[in-house]
Amino acid sequence: MTTVAAKPATMAQALQRAMRDAMAEDPTVHVLGEDVGALGGVFRITDGLAKEFGEDRCTDTPLAEAGILGTAVGMAMYGLRPVVEMQFDAFAYPAFEQLISHVSRMRNRTAGSMGMPLVVRVPYGGGIGGVEHHSDSSEAYYMATPGLHVVTPATVEDAYGLLRAAIASDDPVVFLEPKRLYWSKAEWSPDAPTEVAPIGKAVVRRPGRSATLITYGPSVPVCLEAAEAATAEGWDLEVVDLRSLVPFDDETVCASVRRTGRAVVVHESTGFGGPGGEIAARVTERCFHHLEAPVLRVAGFDIPYPPPMLEKHHLPGVDRVLDAVARLQWEAES
Amino acid sequence: MTVQELPGAGAAAYRPTPPPAWRPRTDPAPLLPDPEPYRVLGTDAPLDRALMLRLYAELIRGRRYNAQATALTKQGRLAVYPSSTGQEACEVAAALVLQEQDWLFPSYRDTLAAVARGLDPVQALTLLRGDWHTGYDPHEHRIAPLCTPLATQLPHAVGLAHAARLKGDDVVALAMVGDGGTSEGDFHEALNFAAVWQAPVVFLVQNNGFAISVPLAKQTAAPSLAHKAVGYGMPGRLVDGNDAAAVHEVLADAVARARRGGGPTLIEAVTYRIEAHTNADDATRYRVDAEVEAWRDHDPIQLLEAELTSRGFLDDSAKEAAAEAAETMAAALRERMNADAELDPMDLFAHVYAEKTAQLREQEAQLRAELAAHQDEDEGER
Repeated sequence: MTTVAAKPATMAQALQRAMRDAMAEDPTVHVLGEDVGALGGVFRITDGLAKEFGEDRCTDTPLAEAGILGTAVGMAMYGLRPVVEMQFDAFAYPAFEQLISHVSRMRNRTAGSMGMPLVVRVPYGGGIGGVEHHSDSSEAYYMATPGLHVVTPATVEDAYGLLRAAIASDDPVVFLEPKRLYWSKAEWSPDAPTEVAPIGKAVVRRPGRSATLITYGPSVPVCLEAAEAATAEGWDLEVVDLRSLVPFDDETVCASVRRTGRAVVVHESTGFGGPGGEIAARVTERCFHHLEAPVLRVAGFDIPYPPPMLEKHHLPGVDRVLDAVARLQWEAES
Repeated sequence: MTVQELPGAGAAAYRPTPPPAWRPRTDPAPLLPDPEPYRVLGTDAPLDRALMLRLYAELIRGRRYNAQATALTKQGRLAVYPSSTGQEACEVAAALVLQEQDWLFPSYRDTLAAVARGLDPVQALTLLRGDWHTGYDPHEHRIAPLCTPLATQLPHAVGLAHAARLKGDDVVALAMVGDGGTSEGDFHEALNFAAVWQAPVVFLVQNNGFAISVPLAKQTAAPSLAHKAVGYGMPGRLVDGNDAAAVHEVLADAVARARRGGGPTLIEAVTYRIEAHTNADDATRYRVDAEVEAWRDHDPIQLLEAELTSRGFLDDSAKEAAAEAAETMAAALRERMNADAELDPMDLFAHVYAEKTAQLREQEAQLRAELAAHQDEDEGER
């Protein structure tokens, strides 16, 4: 393999490359979904795969999500590693029964004799001006289902590494792709991919001493921007990118909060019943004596995802993150 | 060439054409089921004596298995038992028609089919005994887990058959579902995928008259369940589900067709659920005894026994041998099921993931500590 110098690449390209490399290395990897063949998917993430590997390896299915995931279960039972594309977050809901009643519990049900090594790729989240049913943050539904891994990248490099890890995993992975980061760019060399990111490991994206922003997926860039802006206020914020919601990396998160003494969880998903409640509880249970203030949440409002012309009011932005940071009882310190 | 370009698939060839040049893609007439359920017993069709005797022995064993499992439920040894009494012809034929490398996709009412395929009855009843969910390794006999959510196992059968075909393996999948299950979305999606992919799958619908309490008239307005096949572009077959010879023949034809690349078939076997839905159900609330009695006169064992006796295939000694074998099976099942299951609470955490998460390790330690504390208390009391 020749090493090519890093040049700007998008998250979409990194995801495509991850599938392409996995398919080239392992003939049991099959991609299936709606429009994934000639079109390359509505987001072009599977661009060129059908041409390179044939339609039997990258297959346009009938338009039926339960059928797509249900047949993928059967393919996995026969030893294949299906990578299923759900076209949009909200279009994955018809497949819930297959995911919850079969994919997540096949290994457990069969006392370990039949695993489900499959990946369900779901473009998720808002911020792209999508009309109704195109911008949901559905991660809490998946997190509440034992037996699934739930992973979401925030960087180009992680998009490649985490998807390779997901495809290589012997357990089912719900791979949530922050669609508004599909076209985000980074210096990344596709021919010298960095090591495969381990599923279940969070990473500190920005070290800091004042407070920890715990976040993932599309909210990572928001938090990094907020952390930069916060320096003007004299706050040095640490940003933890969870990368994996299940398994959850208590160790990295709690180590950070114990260092800083303050934490805000930031995500687009609704606050009530959302991931932030679980994360805040875990942090409080484990770091109570290190906390200078209650763990706060900055989340989407508890409303159905708004129409595109109003979504800017719903999405947690830099200002809302900084407002939360300001409420972390700084006065008590002085 | 991809599987979708193989003969019969036609997916690559079809392009829409504006009227008036438009034509249906295929002629629907050959896909239509017979006007009446196909029957063999009571006709002068030739019968394979060895096969018929095997079917007979399995029917006797199957009826005894159903009776024993029902009795074990009344004794509290099973949590629940959905009986296939009266449907043994379908259960047994489904098992016997498959080759070793083929796969069976049973529903929760099809433990008998799994047992007839060779699965240990105690393992088959694990789900219903409640000591685990699936009591066997599906790969061992190529029997998918007994499926409770209706019709959701049908797309699995399609995917597995499709995967086998992609590999060039000679594998047919036979998926079992009831009349109620045909209303589920997964039934539709599975049949559609199977037809588009020309997957080697056979769908066997046992129309036993009821989805728990709801009769077929409230389930569908289709001329028959077999007619549904036509909408997917696959043949539908209608068969007398209590005629073991007919069910076996129709299934064998469909399996052979799938095996030679002819694609999927939908079979509706008309039968009747003699017992209530389960031991927890009260069938007197929704059907009359006279109906049940009418079906008892069309019993799969009686039909086969009468035919084989009149043809001189079956004598008293063969009947006694079948009854004796069934009794031996029942006695062994009784004895093994009357022993308490050995349970390890730590198994709760063992198979959720290939590798336990840190959170599950914590919870496992918690339960282990709780159990140890209880044990200490028990020992202290003694």
